[in-house]
Amino acid sequence: MDAVPISWYLILSAFMFAMGVTGVVIKRNPIVIFMCIELMLNAANLAFLAFARQQAQLGAQVAGQVYVILVMAVAAAEVAIGLGIIVAIYRLRDTINVDEMNLLKF
Amino acid sequence: MFGQILFITMALVIVVTSIGVVAVRNPVRSALNLVANFFALAVLYLFLYAQFVAAVQIIVYAGAIMVLFLFTIMLLNLGSPSELSERGDLKRPVTWGLALLFVIVLAGGIFVRLGEAQPTADDLGTVQMVGKFLFTDWVYPFELTSILLLIAIVGAIVMAKRRL
Repeated sequence: MDAVPISWYLILSAFMFAMGVTGVVIKRNPIVIFMCIELMLNAANLAFLAFARQQAQLGAQVAGQVYVILVMAVAAAEVAIGLGIIVAIYRLRDTINVDEMNLLKF
Repeated sequence: MFGQILFITMALVIVVTSIGVVAVRNPVRSALNLVANFFALAVLYLFLYAQFVAAVQIIVYAGAIMVLFLFTIMLLNLGSPSELSERGDLKRPVTWGLALLFVIVLAGGIFVRLGEAQPTADDLGTVQMVGKFLFTDWVYPFELTSILLLIAIVGAIVMAKRRL
């Protein structure tokens, strides 16, 4: 079932990662910024699975998939905390525009 | 042949929806683009012999995480999408250009030296195989993940409290 070469998956992964980086830089809504972070994490997952397919040993092949599951757990935790922080900031300041959150800027 | 057509279709869906996440103004539409992206990605995971991961992708990402996103968007009720609209300044075109350059650099690096896909067992991505390795070779990272999730639960509750 090896329909396409591994490099196709990796180019797709690179494209998804670049879109995620672009979104993090240009977006001002922190919720959309979090979505772009998810996009980058999924690009990394796709690269993990693609690279796992070119390992010779079974242990290394499964290791790529185990990594993806661990990344998903981290992503779920990150989204729960991040959205909680956004809601807390919205309660305190009545805005979530990242351009107006400059307390840590010197 | 059928596999290639399916891959290219899913790749096109992924490309269009990942541009859509960044390009549209309404955050709800960004979220729906991301859901479509995750479903197409799950199909690609099936191509890579990762059946269990594909199922988890749909359940956890397209199910739980995206519901959390949509719930937060609805909860905050930011009014019209133009309220947070992106101002037209120099940053946007420059960033899109840099993203294009980034893709070219990454794609160029990919072609340099890359092995072929190795033959593998047909049951590579099944629950039995992944579970066997998850609970033997990877048991310490797995248990550490449970601590991480516990910390996330406590943190989310602390963040959601009325008085910080």
